Amino acid sequence: MKTNKIFISGDEAVAQGVRLSRPHVIAAYPITPQTITVERLSEMVEAGEMDGEYMHVESEHSAISATMGASAVGARTFTASSSQGLLYMAEGLHYCSGGRWPVVMMNANRSVALPWSIYGDQRDSLSLLDCGWIQVYVEDAQEALDMIIQAYKIAEHKDVLTPMMVNLDGFILTHTYELVEIPEQKMVDEFLPPFQTPNKMSFEEPKNLGFSSKPDDNTEFKYQQNEAMFKAVDVIREVDQEFAEKFGRKYHDMVEEYRCEDADVVLVALGSVCGTVRVVVDKMRAAGKKVGLLKIRYMRPFPEAEVKDLAQRVQAIGVIDKDISFGYEGTVYTNVNSAISKIDKYVFKSNFVGGLGGRDITKAEIEDMFNHLLDGIEKKSEEKVEFFSLNVETND
Amino acid sequence: MTNLVDIPKVNAKNMTEKEFFYGHKACAGCGGSVAVRLALKVLGERTYTALPAGCMSAVGFIYPQMAFNTNAIITTFPGAASMASGIAAGAKALGQKDVKTVVFAGDGGTADIGFQALSGMIDRNDDVLYICYDNEAYMNTGIQKSGLTPYGTKTTTTPAGKNIPGTVTHKKNLFEIIAAHDIAYAATASIGYPQDFLNKVNKAKHTKGATFIHVYASCPTGWGTPTETSIEIAKDAVDCGLIFLAEFEDGEYKLNRNPKEFASVKDYLKKQGRFKHMTDEDIQCVIENRDRKWARMRKQWL
Repeated sequence: MKTNKIFISGDEAVAQGVRLSRPHVIAAYPITPQTITVERLSEMVEAGEMDGEYMHVESEHSAISATMGASAVGARTFTASSSQGLLYMAEGLHYCSGGRWPVVMMNANRSVALPWSIYGDQRDSLSLLDCGWIQVYVEDAQEALDMIIQAYKIAEHKDVLTPMMVNLDGFILTHTYELVEIPEQKMVDEFLPPFQTPNKMSFEEPKNLGFSSKPDDNTEFKYQQNEAMFKAVDVIREVDQEFAEKFGRKYHDMVEEYRCEDADVVLVALGSVCGTVRVVVDKMRAAGKKVGLLKIRYMRPFPEAEVKDLAQRVQAIGVIDKDISFGYEGTVYTNVNSAISKIDKYVFKSNFVGGLGGRDITKAEIEDMFNHLLDGIEKKSEEKVEFFSLNVETND
Repeated sequence: MTNLVDIPKVNAKNMTEKEFFYGHKACAGCGGSVAVRLALKVLGERTYTALPAGCMSAVGFIYPQMAFNTNAIITTFPGAASMASGIAAGAKALGQKDVKTVVFAGDGGTADIGFQALSGMIDRNDDVLYICYDNEAYMNTGIQKSGLTPYGTKTTTTPAGKNIPGTVTHKKNLFEIIAAHDIAYAATASIGYPQDFLNKVNKAKHTKGATFIHVYASCPTGWGTPTETSIEIAKDAVDCGLIFLAEFEDGEYKLNRNPKEFASVKDYLKKQGRFKHMTDEDIQCVIENRDRKWARMRKQWL
């Protein structure tokens, strides 16, 4: 296969993925560290490399409202945000999933004020897990580009019709440069056909959308929305398989297991930190320790089957959370723990909360986490929920 | 700019008999529903209608009973203008021709919570006609004060008592705020002067880009007026000078009605439950504010 690799940042990789997906309407408001994506897109529109309408909206709330409006007449749409901007969209996020408009969004994961921080953690998107969007977390710039293309195919599938958020860690992924393979437009066009939806206003078949429901009907609509999210699991598999056949890159569906085959203990993580965990896994494996990584790609729909399957095979599971649900534990941990609780087996568990507001997660810290889990299966350590860089348990 | 002289006139005689907004659950005598009905008759079938939370969306879209015969959608409350912009952008990108997108939003949805998005829509000059039906309070939620509630009005959040005489602020100058964006076309209207309103909707329909109409629309429920006087009271408001009929076009203001004498403000106010408590001093305050405004408009616009 002919290759076309260029040296670009994660933000630029997203812009390339968007260009190749041919959206009709792009509406976005600038926010660090998402800005490079929308700058590149506006340059592509200016240069005539894209046909879409680029809307200079005056806020994130209008960005999501405008993309919903465009989607409601059958247009393919893109928006991008981060942190405070994503939270400002929150009303629209629920509205969009309820309206079944398959908007695709890039979210540059960034901490949430106060205190202000432009740096990365995952509190922005994880605090919005319940808004009805498919959420995927990527590990590098290539995956970011590829997932934008996949996102349209998944979100627009007739059984799904659900918006999708592609998350990449602020600065660590958005602003670092990698060699990224840029697929050929012709191949993307073959992979991703034009958007077709029954859920649109048209002059041939006028519709009233965005309507009110009474208590007699509301649950049925919410049931259908939930069904679509479950159906997305199969569609995610099909699309990833088709993508692998077409472009030669496979992302292992809902989760990726790294050296988990015979592992005793496994760390679960999302996004860019997975790269660091892989390095630590290799080092500890070389020293004879049976450790592995479970990279969760999709937080919604949640990979419950995959987590349960892994839990059947290992003795201890730790979860790295770049977020905290104040007064309890990390949100990823809550979700993982819920899946583990559904199997009839004891698994030693711990939650490692950190990397907040852009703080590095070091290899030494990850090694400590693995050692804590290994000690746990020998009853030499206790389960804990810990702010690991502070060395304190969350309820101390 | 379109040559507006040549556009076909729409009036009661030649207006379509098709109804595009019926079967809704608005209160008897609702002025807002009159504005929507008339405007859609001018705009016709190739129209996308967007409505934020408010009376007209609340009464028009109760599943499964949809009251719009054309394409219509409820938007987020603050995002009526931006969702309409998205519709217009989507329609353009899909190559749809001869299409109009219209917003019908209340006074609160326009002058308060939806204002930022409206300003953005006009700034981008998106091909959307934004119609604000102004019934001078948040009526859908039960008559609370908005930025367009006039001085003296009793609402459920500005009760009139011994200490505070109801609403103590005057209406925002919405029309001039919109015009200050250098919009292609903006107008004020009243359902009490329907032909004037039809003409203005028709003009906006044939103007490419962002356009705006502020139409005064009575609300018997919120105003404490008999349901059969809705058109009359909306006419009275213009005749006593509290509501003015004007246009902004090619960067110039135009007063459509400039009466030598105004009808009685007191008579207009005293017909309505919401103003019943007002003292002569309160009414004098309303009259003085009206006169200040008219003196300025006459000086600057004529």
